[in-house]
Amino acid sequence: MYAQQVDTGLAKVQSNAEMDAAERAFQARIDADVKIEPTDWMPEAYRRTLIRQIQQHAHSEIVGMLPEGNWIGRAPSLKRKAILMAKVQDEGGHGLYLYAAAETLGVSRDKLVEDLHAGKAKYSSIFNYPTLTWADIGAIGWLVDGAAIMNQIPLCRCSYGPYARAMVRICKEESFHQRQGYDIMLSLARGTPEQKAMAQDALDRWWWPSLMMFGPPDADSVHSAQSAKWKIKLLSNDELRQRFVDQTVPQADYLGIAMPDADLRWNEARGHYDFGAIDWSEFHNVLKGNGPCNRERLAARVEAWEDGAWVREAAVAYAAKEVLRQKEAA
Amino acid sequence: MSEPRIDYLLRLGDNALVLAQRLGEWIGHGPVLEEDIALANVGLDLLGQGRMWLSYAGELEGALSGHARTEDELAFLRDGGAFRNVQLVELPNGDFAVTMARQFYFDQAHLLLLRALAASVDPRVAEIAAKAAKEVAYHAERSADWVIRLGDGTAQSHARMQSAIDRLWPYTGELFAGDAVDAAIAAAGIGPDPATLRPAWLAAVDSVCAQATLARPTGEWMQGVQGRGGKQGVHTEHLGHLLAQMQFLQRAYPGAQW
Amino acid sequence: MTSANAGEWPLWEIFIRSQHGLAHKHVGSLHASDAAMAVKNARDVYTRRNEGVSIWVVRSADIVASNPDARDELFDPASSKVYRHPTFFPMPEDVKHI
Repeated sequence: MYAQQVDTGLAKVQSNAEMDAAERAFQARIDADVKIEPTDWMPEAYRRTLIRQIQQHAHSEIVGMLPEGNWIGRAPSLKRKAILMAKVQDEGGHGLYLYAAAETLGVSRDKLVEDLHAGKAKYSSIFNYPTLTWADIGAIGWLVDGAAIMNQIPLCRCSYGPYARAMVRICKEESFHQRQGYDIMLSLARGTPEQKAMAQDALDRWWWPSLMMFGPPDADSVHSAQSAKWKIKLLSNDELRQRFVDQTVPQADYLGIAMPDADLRWNEARGHYDFGAIDWSEFHNVLKGNGPCNRERLAARVEAWEDGAWVREAAVAYAAKEVLRQKEAA
Repeated sequence: MSEPRIDYLLRLGDNALVLAQRLGEWIGHGPVLEEDIALANVGLDLLGQGRMWLSYAGELEGALSGHARTEDELAFLRDGGAFRNVQLVELPNGDFAVTMARQFYFDQAHLLLLRALAASVDPRVAEIAAKAAKEVAYHAERSADWVIRLGDGTAQSHARMQSAIDRLWPYTGELFAGDAVDAAIAAAGIGPDPATLRPAWLAAVDSVCAQATLARPTGEWMQGVQGRGGKQGVHTEHLGHLLAQMQFLQRAYPGAQW
Repeated sequence: MTSANAGEWPLWEIFIRSQHGLAHKHVGSLHASDAAMAVKNARDVYTRRNEGVSIWVVRSADIVASNPDARDELFDPASSKVYRHPTFFPMPEDVKHI
C-alpha cells in the first residue's frame, strides 16, 4: 500500500507477559477500541512505527502528484484538465493532512521532508513508474486509487485518533478519484482502435505494480502482526490484494481489455480469482531505488524544496517584521 | 474582422485559459505544500472562466456562421495566431517572484475589467463576469499578499521581486491599449474602454508596491501596443511551445473523443 | 511540538463553521508564516468542497489542553450525576409537552 513495509523496530510480536503495566493498560485500551490521542501515553515503538507509517503515506501522496501532474499540461479536453488539476491538488491536500497527523506525534513536517529528500524515508513503489500516455492517467485513477481506497477505508478505524480522522477526510475526498480514472478508461475503450490499444498498454504496465502496492506476502512480515495488534493495520496484505483482484477483474472485462496474467482464473471452490506469481525481486528493486523513475521523482521534490527556500524564508522574515511593527504601533 | 464580440470573448477566454495552463505547471513543484494547493485553486478558477468565455464565443460564432466550435475545438485546434490572449499571461513561470508578478499585474487588471463587465448590456457577459469577479477578487488579494511579503521579506526576496516586476512591466501596456475591437465593444455597451481602467490599476499597483518597499517601474516602452500584440494574434515565442504541449493529444489523434 | 526547524512555518489549527449554523469545528491543521496567511491557506486547503462560511485559526502552540493523566479525576465524577439528564425523570404518559 502507500505504506508498504513499515518497520516496527521489534524483532517479534510482543506478548502480554512481556509488557509492563503501562504497556498492558495501553494494549487494553486498544483492544477496547478506545482511540489513542496525541497527549496520551504510548509505547515508544508504537509512536515511532506510526511516524514511519504516516510519513510513508504522506510522502506517497506528494510524490504521487508528479506522475499525474506530468499530464495536466497535456490533458485532452478542458474538462479532463480541470478534473486532473483538482485531483492532483487533492493529493497535495491528502499529503498535508497526513503530515499534520504525523506532526501530532512530535516530529516536524520539515524534518519528515528532509528524511524523504535524504532517501531515509520510503514512499510507495508505484510512483516510480512512468506515465507515458494519457491512458496511464486513467489506469492510475482506476487501479492505483482503487487499491489505495481499499487500504484506506479500514484505516478510518485505526487506533490513532489524528490518523483515523485524516483518513476519514481523505476517503471522503478520494471517492471521485477512482471513478474519474475508470471514466477515462471507458472513453478509451469506446474510442478508436488506437485508443483501445492505449488502454490495454496502460493496463499491461500498471497491473503488476498495482498488486505490489499491497506489500509483500503476510508470511514474510513480523511487522504486520505487531501493527495488527496495535490496530494501525487492520487487514492483511494478502487479504486486501485478493479483494482488489476480485473487484478489478470484472471491471477490466467490462472495458474489454485483458489482464496481463495467463494464470488468472476464477476459482469456484475458493470463491476468488487465482492469479499468477508476483515478481517480488522487481518490487524490492524499486523500493531500493532502481525503479524507472526513482531518481527523477526525488530530484523533482528536492528541486521544488530548494527553489522554494528563499520564498519560505521571506515569508518568515516578513512575519517577524510585522510583529515588530505591531509592537511599535502599540 | 468578423463580429467584434467573438474576438472580444476569445480575448477573455484565452487570457484565462493560457494563464491556467501556466499555473498548472506549478502543481507538485511549489515552494510549500499549501501554496501548491492555493495555486491550483487559482488555476481551476481561471480554467472554469476560460471554458465559459470560449463556449459563449463558440455559440455566437455558430449563430453567425452556422458552425459553432466547442470550447475544446477552440482550445486545442487553433494555431497561435488565432489566440487572442495578452502576451503577459503566456510568459513562462520563471521563479516564484516572476509567477507572482505576472499574477499580480494581471489579477489587478482582470478584477477591474470583470467588475466593469458585470454591468454589460449583454446579460450572458454580465453573468459570467459577476461570477468570475468574486473568484478574481480573491486571486488579487493573494498575489498582492505575496508581492508584499517577498518585497518586504529578505534582501534576496526583495531583489527577486523587484527584478520580476521590472521585467514584466513592459507587458502591462497591452492590458489597457484599446483597438478597433475594444472601441466597438465599448460603443455597444458590452465592455469598458480598457484605457479607462488604467488609473485605478496604477493606483492599486502603486499602493501594493509601496507596502512591498518596491519601486514601481516607470518605463514607457510597452510591448505589443501598436495593434501588433497578443490581442491581435501576435505573440511571444513562448505561446507556440505552450500550445504544442497543450494541444498534443488532440493533434496526434484527430477527431478522437476523450 | 518538538523539533521544529529554525525557519519552519508555524503550525495552525483550523476551525470551520459550516453553512448550517453549527459551531466552528476543528478540521485539521496547516502551516503558514502568519495569521493572515493561515486564514487564506485554510480557505484553499479546507474549503475546496463548500465546507464552510467562516474560518478561525489558532496557533497550535497556543492551545491549552487538559492533562490526559488527570482524565479519571476530571471526567469520571460527571458520570455519577445521572440526575442532570432528562431521562432520569420518568414522566407519566398523560403529561404532555414536558
